[in-house]
Amino acid sequence: MINALDLPQELEDWNQHILKRAREEGLDFFDTIFYMLPYSYLTEIAAHGGFPRRYQHWSFGMEHEKLKRSYEWGMGKIYELVINNDPCYAYLLENNNLMQQKLVMAHVYGHCDFFKNNIYFQNTNKNMMDEMANHASRVDRYIRQFGLDEVERFLDACISIQDHISPLSMPSQSATPSEEMETEEALLRILKRKSNPENPDYMDIFLNSKEYIEFKQKQLEETVKKAQRFPARPQKDLLYFLLLHAPLKKWQEDILYIIRKERYYFIPQGYTKIINEGWASYWHFKLMTESFLKPEDFINFAMDHSGTLARHPHQLNPYLLGFTLLHDIEDRWNKGQFGREWDECTSRNEKLAWDKKLGLGREKIFECRLIENDYSLVDKYLTEDFCDKHKMFKYNFDQQTGQWVISDRSFESIKNQLLENLANFGIPHILVYDGNYQNRGELYLKHHHEGDLRQDYAWDTLSNIAYIWQRPVHLETFVDGKRKLYSYASEDKKELNDLEDQS
Amino acid sequence: MTSIQVTDMIRNGEREKKRLNEKIKDKIKKNLKQYVTDESFIGRKGKKFVRVPIYGLRLPRFVVDGRKGGGVGQGEGEVGEALPGQGPPKQGKKGGKGQQAGNEPGDHQVEIDVNLDEMVELISEVLELPNIEEKGKKSSIKSKKIRWTNLRKVGPEATLDIRRTIKNSIVRNIIEGHYDPQKDDSPPIMIDRDDKRHKVWDEILERRTNAVIIAMMDVSGSMGDEQKDIVRTEMFWIEQFLKRQYDDLEIVYIIHDTQAKIVDHEIFYRISEGGGTNISSAYALCEQVIRQKYPPNEWNIYPFHFSDGDNWSSEDDALCVKLLKEYLLPNCNQFSYAQVTSKWGSGKFKDVLERAMEGMDERTSNKLVISLVKNKDGILDSIKEFLKKGK
Repeated sequence: MINALDLPQELEDWNQHILKRAREEGLDFFDTIFYMLPYSYLTEIAAHGGFPRRYQHWSFGMEHEKLKRSYEWGMGKIYELVINNDPCYAYLLENNNLMQQKLVMAHVYGHCDFFKNNIYFQNTNKNMMDEMANHASRVDRYIRQFGLDEVERFLDACISIQDHISPLSMPSQSATPSEEMETEEALLRILKRKSNPENPDYMDIFLNSKEYIEFKQKQLEETVKKAQRFPARPQKDLLYFLLLHAPLKKWQEDILYIIRKERYYFIPQGYTKIINEGWASYWHFKLMTESFLKPEDFINFAMDHSGTLARHPHQLNPYLLGFTLLHDIEDRWNKGQFGREWDECTSRNEKLAWDKKLGLGREKIFECRLIENDYSLVDKYLTEDFCDKHKMFKYNFDQQTGQWVISDRSFESIKNQLLENLANFGIPHILVYDGNYQNRGELYLKHHHEGDLRQDYAWDTLSNIAYIWQRPVHLETFVDGKRKLYSYASEDKKELNDLEDQS
Repeated sequence: MTSIQVTDMIRNGEREKKRLNEKIKDKIKKNLKQYVTDESFIGRKGKKFVRVPIYGLRLPRFVVDGRKGGGVGQGEGEVGEALPGQGPPKQGKKGGKGQQAGNEPGDHQVEIDVNLDEMVELISEVLELPNIEEKGKKSSIKSKKIRWTNLRKVGPEATLDIRRTIKNSIVRNIIEGHYDPQKDDSPPIMIDRDDKRHKVWDEILERRTNAVIIAMMDVSGSMGDEQKDIVRTEMFWIEQFLKRQYDDLEIVYIIHDTQAKIVDHEIFYRISEGGGTNISSAYALCEQVIRQKYPPNEWNIYPFHFSDGDNWSSEDDALCVKLLKEYLLPNCNQFSYAQVTSKWGSGKFKDVLERAMEGMDERTSNKLVISLVKNKDGILDSIKEFLKKGK
């Protein structure tokens, strides 16, 4: 393990106080172990997603350089780093002052509670620290055995498509035969009816019109064709599909498996960023201001707190949005500002003075932390008043001036845009349609268009998929409103073709 | 017994960094053209760092082109107002398809700091430089010694000074209270990155070779600013490469229109003149310099001449060829002529030289290298043509 410093006695005492208060407030978390580290180690661990031992890859080195530089230049500081594990591991930065350490500890307990209770984390491995270390040794072994270049080339390819898994759906359903049976039976029924001697012949043409029979026959043919398709149904988990069907060597299979496994562990953190950070900020704010702040610390606390929750014009700050949204929800449920009566009230004054003193706020936000993710939280609880109050806006890129401009301040478009950005966690929705395209063993992917893909990235990613699949890869998508097909065979043989609109 | 463990994390981190550096070098080599024309290098010296973008060092993935979608932000501002913190609005080109990278919020190009020395080293790995000819009294290679002279905190694993490293580690562990030599059950000593000491060596080279570059530039009226920029960029890199090859490199700068004169580095890299062109004036001055200061049996001599190829008269052309044939080519290692395409110049001088080459014996004509630089992108290829020809 890392050569971490034990907490000094003073901090350890504070830790016990904070932990006790957090439990009293109703937070529920695994044991949490704090390590104190100098920034050089902290940035290194942070670059590896919080794990001291992970498979080696140059992109972590790049991440480390970035973090280190931004720390050294005073542009950014890692406030907290906490690992979803049982026990939870969390790191403190050595040179932070006491007030900051207390703030971070309070914040960390918020995260730990979230990891333990939010439903989207129920299936994450709580022993990931060890598993990651195992992955690392395996990758190390492959590097020794097959050479860094070879293994790294494959790792690059896997990491580049690692987001294309299917975190919210059940493992791939096998093709259901029911549809097929249905049409077959229907056809039989038709034929039966025809042969039914009780029916007069002239009725036949009405009961089983030629068109109807042809239609049914076509339907049947299609079902049969569909059943022969591979995969039988479009698959979202590209990694799984490749794992099953790509011509992989044993070690490659294992690496793909490792990448997929780690992605499944990390991805819930991706789609609960707003609510998770909001929840942790809610608690550090509450615990600090109510219990642990000395009068002389107030200014510093306010500085750090507002620094974390600063507004960024280009990007929503998840800490800020989560924090304010949770406060808003708590407030509304305390005052009873929800339900039909509230929705139908049109008087502004009445609404402003609305307070039924229900006191349901705390209960409500605990419910949110249990069952919501970012998308559902915004979908259910982002209100027009909130957007106004927090000066939210929608922005777009203006091709003519080459600048980003505020394009809209209406509630509907803001909410739609935000949900659009959060849908599928910002990852383009891509499905595997055919693993034997045109009977040539080529891979056919379909992009469910939520926006045009960046072309240079798309080509490079396709080349990575082709590297794993070892046959040409096609991607159907839209470019500037037109249906297009990217076809990648090799660097010299790639083309972007128009696709006819087919049904 | 105390066991020593170097933590996995540090080792991994160092390996990753090493790999990253290799990757960066690779990318630079692949995109040399862009770096060679990067003006931030021109005029730099040795160890000063220049920040350069690394093209293509990223893990690609499917992403939605942000500029065709939109986002949500928070703050003041009217609808239609630009977000703060951007460059000035683009003007003129309406609806121009700007596909340049790094224009998206949050999409940062990877940038690294390199100094000129490193850059030259990278570029010269790709180029094959002309062989050095051992000339002059001091040219024989006497000795090449390696001496361990210093210590450093970073370095390759192979140079780790284990004794000192462990010593440091023990001292630090005792100070921090992790380790007590009196106790048997004391925890093992951990080696921290700061404990490491690497030995550093100096190479003591006794070899000396002499070389002189004679850089000639046409500054007549037909050479526009663009042409001069190309000349300077190309000359700058050539200087850098040859400096690496030769311990003592002298450079003589000559500019000419109808008359030639010797100028210093500053003027050569800055001047803009005008007027007619007599190339022979430069060649004559070149010969004169060699005769006076650089006896060919002691010096490697590399004249470079840059022009748009628009000479004043055919008499002068003939004079140039005569000077080349009779003195310059026999006495130089290589005579390089680069013709920069310009809008106004006739560009005939290249043909004149090519015709002259046909009448020479192979040994002489091999020494004359001609290259045509059409635009900035041609610089690297031209450098390659000049420098690959080992002789």
